Amino acid sequence: MSMEFLLASAIGTLTAAGVYMTLRARTFPVIIGLALLSYAVNLFLFSMGRLVVDRPPIIHPLATTYTDPLPQALVLTAIVISFGMTALIVVLALRSFLETGSDNVAMREMNEGANIEPRSEEAPR
Amino acid sequence: MSHWIVAPTLLPALTAAYLILFARNDIFHQRIVSVAATLMLVLLTFGLYQLAGDGESRAYLLGNWPAPFGIVQVLDRLSATMLLLTACLAFIVVVYAIHGWDRRGRYFHALFQFQLLGINGAFLTGDFFNLFVFFEVMLIASYGLMLHGGGPRRLKAGFQYVTINLISSTLFLFAVGLIYSVTGTLNMADLAAKAGQVGAGEVALLRTGALLLFMVFAIKAALVPLHWWLPTTYAAASAPVAALFAIMTKVGAYSILRMYGLVFGADAGPLALVAAPWVIPAAIVTLAIGAIGVLASRTLLDLVCFSVVASMGTLLIALGLFDEVGIAAALYYLLHSTLAGAALFLLVDLIAVRRGRARDRLNAAPPFPRDYVYGGLFFLAAIAMVGLPPLSGFLGKLLILDATRETAHAGVIWATVLGSSFLMLVGFSRAGSVLFWKSAAQPPQEEEEEPKRRVLPTVAAGALIAGMVLLSVFAGPVSRAVTDTAQQALDTRAYVEAVLGSIKTARATGH
Repeated sequence: MSMEFLLASAIGTLTAAGVYMTLRARTFPVIIGLALLSYAVNLFLFSMGRLVVDRPPIIHPLATTYTDPLPQALVLTAIVISFGMTALIVVLALRSFLETGSDNVAMREMNEGANIEPRSEEAPR
Repeated sequence: MSHWIVAPTLLPALTAAYLILFARNDIFHQRIVSVAATLMLVLLTFGLYQLAGDGESRAYLLGNWPAPFGIVQVLDRLSATMLLLTACLAFIVVVYAIHGWDRRGRYFHALFQFQLLGINGAFLTGDFFNLFVFFEVMLIASYGLMLHGGGPRRLKAGFQYVTINLISSTLFLFAVGLIYSVTGTLNMADLAAKAGQVGAGEVALLRTGALLLFMVFAIKAALVPLHWWLPTTYAAASAPVAALFAIMTKVGAYSILRMYGLVFGADAGPLALVAAPWVIPAAIVTLAIGAIGVLASRTLLDLVCFSVVASMGTLLIALGLFDEVGIAAALYYLLHSTLAGAALFLLVDLIAVRRGRARDRLNAAPPFPRDYVYGGLFFLAAIAMVGLPPLSGFLGKLLILDATRETAHAGVIWATVLGSSFLMLVGFSRAGSVLFWKSAAQPPQEEEEEPKRRVLPTVAAGALIAGMVLLSVFAGPVSRAVTDTAQQALDTRAYVEAVLGSIKTARATGH
């Protein structure tokens, strides 16, 4: 099996699993789904510079070809951002579970009554 | 190369860092610094607007790396207009927020400045990956701001908001990857130059990337069917945050214009105006759904949220024409709808807090002191939002109707714009009459201790309405300015020359 086939099917499987999980009704599977999607996109970005083996990432007088270093830099940025975001959404889900007693994503029961809480304009000084 | 171009991103970044490091525990210190920095941003962006007024696109090479290799920021009329609008809105919102909202959670001002950093960066950048990064900066700050004040409702809505934006960021990366794999560049100008020369075998890939990116911007701009996050999020966010978010949907509209008016513009060969067939139909449905939502709302805040959805529909109908007249009309309406949406969000807060237990529910409740002031302001903001004469909403819709007169879908567009204006008129009239007239007939409130109110928040909301009045009075000069802006925004060649030509300039000056 070629490298391309392996990588492509890995990206496809991760994306499919990620989409399925983000459509779940509870927060934890949704977070797992988002993480899977971000893995898929990282692999996808990585492969955008084409797949080559044993090539330097710079143009060198002795090397006839090179591998594109830019996608790797992009992946690094994407990893940092998605890592931070995953941490944020985990905390958010946990906090929301603790405050509402439910880990359901839907807001059905929250939409009754008015939107604005008392004394919004001026808090105690 | 003017170094001032980078200042709208540097100033909020440094202010935010200062606020976190040195003013963490002192709210008055934070307020002074934040208001002063935002005022400076207004002056700065006004200066840049003047600078861009000569019609030249200016590129700023960060680190002086030549254009397609380094990151570039571009100042032209379009980005300068958006920057000025953002700064003015931010100043009014921060003045509103210092009267209590900023104490309901820590770091309001720091997050606010980070949000401005993200928005300004997104307006200035000339590189798609950099646009992704600034989108993320903007979003991360917006997550914090949206949750500002806390409470179960905000947390639930916040989770949905973060999730949909993480998915849109993922799509953004997929799109960026596809575009890079075909063209080998992410610089907007370089991409614009190369988009027309893509080989026949790769057009499909590039088209997929371009349309995926359109989906990302459509999520930001709340275009149907990707608009469901907006009413929930805006209704759950605190008032000043919702008012500032009025500019966030416009970031989506701006990106659509940059991407599909300029990069994949009329000269892009097989990919010319690749998103154009999608924009107008989706925008028409957006407008219709927004208007129906206005009619169906049971609280004032939901009503305002759906009117923002409807205004995005109106804006994108004009933008979707991708010609000079259409974009000029869209830009005029953009200026108007940002102010109108923000004014309404602030007014809802001012009204709801005075109505005691009834909050913003649309039912009769005992009248509150000086309700004629808020009734009057609401009336003005509502006629502006609905698009009745004499305020700018009417002029904006008139320009849009005029721009679409000769197009293929003119009949549908006119019917939707006029019909939805009528639905919104009914919705807003009903809301206003219930809130202020039916309430007047109620027995007066039980004499509770009426808390002392400050006048400045009301002045801030009034300032936004005054902005719309100015926009109506000076409609002539403003519409000439937006016509010039539209002309420049569609001129791919000048943009490419300004960015890629600056390699030679930088080398020649050795700077």
